[in-house]
Amino acid sequence: MEVFLQQLINGLTLGSIYGLIAIGYTMVFGIIGMVNFAHGDIFMLSAFIALIFFMLIASWFGAGLIVVALIVVLVLAMFFTSLWNWAIERVAYRPLRGSFRLAPLISAIGMSIFLMNFVQVVQGPRNKSTAPMLNKSITLIESATYSVQISYKQIVIIVTTAVLLAAFWWIVQKTSLGRAQRACEQDRKMAALLGIDVDRTISITFIMGAALAAVAGVMYLVLYGVVSFHDGFVPGVKAFTAAVLGGIGSLPGAVIGGLLIGLIEVMWSAYFTIDYKDVAAFCILAIVLVFMPSGILGRPEVEKV
Amino acid sequence: MTSVTTPSATTPAKRERDMKAALKEAGFSALVTFGLCIPIIAWGTRQNIENVLVLDPRWDAVAWAVAIVFVGRFLVALRAQDKSERQSLVRFLPHGTFAWLQAHSRTFSLVGLGFLVTFPIIAIQLSGWSGALKWIDNFGVQILIYVMLGWGLNIVVGLAGLLDLGYVAFYAVGAYSYALLAKNFGLSFWILLPLSGILAAFWGMLLGFPVLRLRGDYLAIVTLAFGEIIRLVLINWVDFSGGYAGISGIPRPSFFGIPFNASDTGFAAVFGLEFSPLYRTIFLYYLILCLALLTAFVTLRLRRLPVGRAWEALREDEIACRSLGINTTNTKLTAFSIGAMFGGFAGAFFSARQGFISPESFVFMESAIILAIVVLGGMGSLWGCAIAAIVMIGGTELLRELDLLKAVFGNDFDPTKYRMLIFGLAMVVIMIWKPRGLISTREPTAFLKEKKAISSDMVQEGHG
Repeated sequence: MEVFLQQLINGLTLGSIYGLIAIGYTMVFGIIGMVNFAHGDIFMLSAFIALIFFMLIASWFGAGLIVVALIVVLVLAMFFTSLWNWAIERVAYRPLRGSFRLAPLISAIGMSIFLMNFVQVVQGPRNKSTAPMLNKSITLIESATYSVQISYKQIVIIVTTAVLLAAFWWIVQKTSLGRAQRACEQDRKMAALLGIDVDRTISITFIMGAALAAVAGVMYLVLYGVVSFHDGFVPGVKAFTAAVLGGIGSLPGAVIGGLLIGLIEVMWSAYFTIDYKDVAAFCILAIVLVFMPSGILGRPEVEKV
Repeated sequence: MTSVTTPSATTPAKRERDMKAALKEAGFSALVTFGLCIPIIAWGTRQNIENVLVLDPRWDAVAWAVAIVFVGRFLVALRAQDKSERQSLVRFLPHGTFAWLQAHSRTFSLVGLGFLVTFPIIAIQLSGWSGALKWIDNFGVQILIYVMLGWGLNIVVGLAGLLDLGYVAFYAVGAYSYALLAKNFGLSFWILLPLSGILAAFWGMLLGFPVLRLRGDYLAIVTLAFGEIIRLVLINWVDFSGGYAGISGIPRPSFFGIPFNASDTGFAAVFGLEFSPLYRTIFLYYLILCLALLTAFVTLRLRRLPVGRAWEALREDEIACRSLGINTTNTKLTAFSIGAMFGGFAGAFFSARQGFISPESFVFMESAIILAIVVLGGMGSLWGCAIAAIVMIGGTELLRELDLLKAVFGNDFDPTKYRMLIFGLAMVVIMIWKPRGLISTREPTAFLKEKKAISSDMVQEGHG
């Protein structure tokens, strides 16, 4: 039981990160029907940006107030990652809108290869590790054989995720921007006719997706303390799995999917074998897509002939 | 040049205003570039001697990047204003070049074939016995492997319209089949080559079966997942595949029983030649050439069979296809398994050529490269695939040879570092320039009276 509780905490932490990345996939897919293949690499890039800012702050102000530093880094990483995703959408995806249906996917795969190798070239191929931070933890249940702990990192990650998700949920549901987004999702042409700037709405969607991916990137760095240029691919695919599992196009679905994938992965590693944890995630992806393509909260796709 | 009066001949006042707009445009781009560069280029992370991560400021690199973007954007903006009345911003070739090439494709095929057959001789003539090895191996064999993989995947993606991002799995099945069977049972290359193909085809069917209902992007992601599962199993099932260490000492193919070695029964001794490692390379070159041509031949013939026409119908519109009574299950499965079979052949050849394989050779990036070759070439076009493979693989291989760049950027400049970076950028650029691929005309297999090539822009695709 104690082991299970501990794994539950670990799984929720990991799942929060997947959920944050999954939102980027789900929003972009919802609005332009494209799998943004480069999203995992955007996440990786944001972790690098966060790493550099952490080091800059540490060298300028010392490593005093970790919480303040974390917030500053979070804001900066969100801003610069959004700028990247905005530029990428502008250069690589916008010219292909309304084109042949494979073209944006190929362009996104090209962008993914580019980003991965760009980071490798400018930051070097080795693993980059930060000084450990927020290392203390709270013991929840003390027993003779096993004690369940929750570390400060995990608290920070879960709380930050929850707060930001609430904020974004509010934006999508209550603001005129969110309304515009939902309108574009339903019918882009009609939305344009009603005076919505579709291009701008799509740009903002990419910016929001990247901002959440940046949060995930910072949290990933805090949790593991190490990042390398090829760390984008596998979390990217898992987050996509999460988006599909939750029902692609659905925001709460992406979060639920992310938490489920995180839990499944952690439980699988704890009770079966750690070697095959990625295989488990990929199998779930295949099974979900084949047997329930609309996911948990998604709408079934209706094809018009 | 036929058009005389272009907008560039307008009044100076207009031109000045244009200049201002272009400057504004360029300034904005430069600002964005500066923003993009700030954290990731401006400070490089580096492990110092005490193994602590330190930051190196690199503002010179940022300045270069910003300057290049400013100048480049400015020139593009000016050019766009000059040419605004033309329909296309970038048109290197006069209109109809591709159609003309298509009309003479038979002649070009023969010329191309002639060049391919004589390529080793040309290479030996031009760079001597020792220099030719590199050209035949790195360029000839390497490009031909990708041409063959591209043509194999072309059956699945180009003809049947099923987007497969896990093609490398079948390549891996072929490679491991050959490696394991040849090492453990001592079977010869010529028995194992068809056997690897059959095994790969079997896996193609096995993996194709559950995904029959899926289309488009979803199909792409599931096939990606299958590709990764096979790779992860190869990594983790150490008893079977050797894990990360891979399999080494794989038997090399022989010339119909005569090995390529320096012994008395070796190829050189039997034919009374002086021993040289080049003979094996030349043999491998012709082997992969034959395999690639076989793929092309089978593809061309299959297109004329009912199953080939069913594939193309499936690509254009699955619903119409089904309502015309075509069994889409069988059609999809044959496409998957025949495509996989050629992947298996290529895999068996790959492991025989390398003598060593590991899961590292079958990463997702390979699938992406093969798919890029098919799509950039213009889906369904054999010529397009070949050209795309030559441009993308040959071009990136060529980077290794460019000592000229060292002279420009200094001695510690390593062009191979930028290989995949440029590959990714090239994918994006080609897609924006020609979203339908380099050769985007469709050649009909069924026609009335006269065969006409149609631009694929005219083809409305269903979501196959």
